Amino acid sequence: MIAFLIKRLMHAILVMFIISVLAFAIQDNLGDPVQQMVGQSVPESEREALRERLGLNDPFLVQYGRFALNAVQGDFGTSYFYREPALDVIARHLPATLELVFASMLIIVLFSVPIGVYSAIKPRAMLSRFFMGVSIVGISVPVFLTAIILIQIFSIGITITLFPESTGWGSWLNDFFSTEGNMPSFGRGYDLVQVFGHWETNLATWNGLQHLVLPSIALASIMLPLFIRLIRAEMMEVMQSDYVKYARAKGISMRRVYFVHALKNTMLPVITVGGVQIGTMVAYAILTETVFQWPGMGLMFLDAINRADTPLIVSYLMIVGVIFVVTNTIVDLVYGLVNPTVKLTGKPA
Amino acid sequence: MALLEVTNLDLRFGLRQGEVRALRDVSFTLERGERLGIVGESGAGKSVAAFSLLNLVGKPGFIAGGSITFDGLELNSMSEHALRKVRGNRISMIFQDPMMTLNPVLSIGEQMVECLKAHRRISSKKARAIALDKLQQVQIPSPETRLDQYPHELSGGMRQRIIIAIALLLDPDIIIADEPTTALDVTIQAEIMALLLDLCEQHNVGLILITHDLGVVSQVTQRMLVMYAGRVIEQGLTREIINDPQHPYTQGLINALPQMATPGERLNQIRGSMPSLSNLPNGCAFHPRCDFINKANGEPRPACVQEVPEFVDSGNCRVACHMVAEMQEDRRLKLEEIS
Amino acid sequence: MTTPTVTQSNSQTTRPRIPSRWERLRDSYLWYSFKRDHTAQLCLAIFIGLVIVAFASPLLAPTDPYDLRQIDIMASELPPFWIEGADERFILGTDAQGRDLLSIILYGTRVSLLIGFGAVILQALLGITFGLMAGYLGGRVDALLMRLADIQLSFSTLMVAIVVGAVVKATMGGAFYSEYAIIMLILIIGLAEWPQYARTVRASVLAEKNKEYVDAARVMGLRSKRIMFRHVLPNTLSPIFVISTVQIANAIISEAALSFLGLGMPETHPSLGSLIKSGFDYIQSGSWWITLIPGAVLVILVLSINLLGDWLRDVMNPRLYKG
Repeated sequence: MIAFLIKRLMHAILVMFIISVLAFAIQDNLGDPVQQMVGQSVPESEREALRERLGLNDPFLVQYGRFALNAVQGDFGTSYFYREPALDVIARHLPATLELVFASMLIIVLFSVPIGVYSAIKPRAMLSRFFMGVSIVGISVPVFLTAIILIQIFSIGITITLFPESTGWGSWLNDFFSTEGNMPSFGRGYDLVQVFGHWETNLATWNGLQHLVLPSIALASIMLPLFIRLIRAEMMEVMQSDYVKYARAKGISMRRVYFVHALKNTMLPVITVGGVQIGTMVAYAILTETVFQWPGMGLMFLDAINRADTPLIVSYLMIVGVIFVVTNTIVDLVYGLVNPTVKLTGKPA
Repeated sequence: MALLEVTNLDLRFGLRQGEVRALRDVSFTLERGERLGIVGESGAGKSVAAFSLLNLVGKPGFIAGGSITFDGLELNSMSEHALRKVRGNRISMIFQDPMMTLNPVLSIGEQMVECLKAHRRISSKKARAIALDKLQQVQIPSPETRLDQYPHELSGGMRQRIIIAIALLLDPDIIIADEPTTALDVTIQAEIMALLLDLCEQHNVGLILITHDLGVVSQVTQRMLVMYAGRVIEQGLTREIINDPQHPYTQGLINALPQMATPGERLNQIRGSMPSLSNLPNGCAFHPRCDFINKANGEPRPACVQEVPEFVDSGNCRVACHMVAEMQEDRRLKLEEIS
Repeated sequence: MTTPTVTQSNSQTTRPRIPSRWERLRDSYLWYSFKRDHTAQLCLAIFIGLVIVAFASPLLAPTDPYDLRQIDIMASELPPFWIEGADERFILGTDAQGRDLLSIILYGTRVSLLIGFGAVILQALLGITFGLMAGYLGGRVDALLMRLADIQLSFSTLMVAIVVGAVVKATMGGAFYSEYAIIMLILIIGLAEWPQYARTVRASVLAEKNKEYVDAARVMGLRSKRIMFRHVLPNTLSPIFVISTVQIANAIISEAALSFLGLGMPETHPSLGSLIKSGFDYIQSGSWWITLIPGAVLVILVLSINLLGDWLRDVMNPRLYKG
């Protein structure tokens, strides 16, 4: 266990070192921060002084050393736009993203396991075929488009006049397929509750939860079908295995066969893939936050790019790197707990 | 009445290309404490026959006809729920490959206890005690620690011992063993076989042993069935069949044993290979490979090509072959010539 | 015991004719299953249809959307033909700048397909080369390449593409980036997604490497480059074929995502993604068609590729690298 953690720590340091070099190289090359800070009217001499003061004229290695030393101490520089420490800006935006991702993961876990297992156990049932059909469509619709469609249907509303309004059933069908569109689709709402420090939560009030609904569904929309298909495929493979047949031959209940013998083995590859997909979630969060103007890290990152706010871009990359390293370690730990053949030393026994 | 009686069992696979008949007219009986061998080449339907007894043949296979009566219970018309109470409890199974049979993510103890708890209302502590006792019976060193180990920590032979222990957990009436030693190292095959045999005798458990190894069958079983292309073609006392096989296929199998070959010569073999079940020859399924027919005049007999042979009594065996009478006549003549 | 003589087939007299490629395809399981699978047929028809229509867009489109003279603010946001207030000149209506939506979608599909195919070709070249090297050479090369692939994958290909796109755009300036956007996007998506190919190829190379034909080739003294490309690579083709379909769909979606974030095609030369983006600003005012019609085209395109990929995977049944 300790060996495992040390190995992971070494790995984490390596990854963070690579990210920091890349991030710093970006910082070094990206535009002229002085331009961003002071604008056109300031004379050249003053700019030069500012450059000198910011240390922008030092050699690359000196600048990287200073950058790394500061970064280790939690100082990622000052955001040009917000004029406050970049880490504070990120800390303010982090909760929104974490809550969004958390809500989506909840949706994914709650729906993918039962639907995946069901369609593996009864592959020929109508409902399974329906789920499979919907999931391939789900995979084919990009996240931002799902988000836009959700906004059109539930936030703007659609009026259907396809059926003849004069007949009773026609107008009933028209009403049935039309939507009112009163779901909020912009930002986090007015009713946030301060938990501690910068953390304001959407999860405590009705209005907050309402604002969370559409973005979290949109963010889950591509990962959920992916996991349904993965769980189904793995489960069907496991169901063909000798040990499942043997479990049935022992006369234990089908419920136990499905949910203890088969599901536990199914989850092993699913956990691995889940770990890889965390990165994809962060990327999709950028898209989702853009569509819904959700004030999280993704939107902040995109704004920072457009404003050439280098310290913020760099700190975002570093923080995302930390998040990846931490979550991957957790995923490996969970995998080790579920799979007895792995002895948390990093390599399968 | 026998403990287990299988009559005219007919099992099919409903595939997209049409139905494939995996078992036809399979009938046999097993008495309490008796040991029965089922032999045949791979694909003959031995394993399917074993799995069909407990209705464990997965989709698209289904039992299309016949009956399986076990101790007064009609197994093939039972509900899944009722059948579950027989599986592992009164009839238990041993699978071929111990490396694949135990669930890799559950501890040995868990896999033993769950079986006990599925059939008896006992505490986990009590179940563990029984499991421990059975592990001792299969002569596993330090059984207490084994209970908390996982399959990957044990060798193949050790795992097969555990599977034997699980088979004996609930003191069953019958154990069906599907090639129980094939996947093991040659050096421990005999050891595991002896253990299984010993425990079956001790507890008076009936054994259905499925194998392609005629040597093992002749040593272990009292009666045997020979299967070919989904059909039983010869059955009777093991001793009789081994010493005096009636069906040309059985003769071929015994002839193919290495010890039957003349030193320095090639081993004997049955020419050709088993036909695919979806494309069986007409008449006797064995006729394209049958030496006896070819020897007569180079052409198969019309009866062999046209009609599926019925079982006839021949000596102490029952055999499904058109030529039995003729073959016996041949042999009698030969014996007379010699004398 | 005499063994009966088995009649030998007269193999000396007629040498079997080697079937042509077409005959082999016609007799293959692939073709057999394609003939029976109506979904696959429909998807292939849609896909080929879209490709033809998109690449023939300069001939088919009613107007040239790249022509700045077409911009007519008076005719902006006109609805498609089935909605009241439509203009008969514009079947699918117009976008916010008054460009004919049908024309611009045709041109946009061409851009999306171009980037999708280009990026996949680049990925495949990089991924197959690196995958072969990693799998065949093993050792340090393998460790280095796969560690790189792992890190890149754990950051997700889209994330890498976004970051690279953002940095490139910021360093080179928006105008320059827009001008060479197609090449930029092919490079970015190609560089971001090569690990998928590399891992698939490596996995099948590792499986193939220990087979006897590779030993035989080595014993004959062939150079490793020749063994890799002429002997091992052909045996890893079916998984490559299967993931290629998925990768084309992914590349098209990635391009759309980048364009949607403003890191892709400019609005003057829009792809489907940038059309969706530009239409999104007008969705609140009720002009849903500017964003949802290109969206529907994108979904149909990607869906037909994904369904084809599903079918291919079922038919070829390769053991794909999971994760």
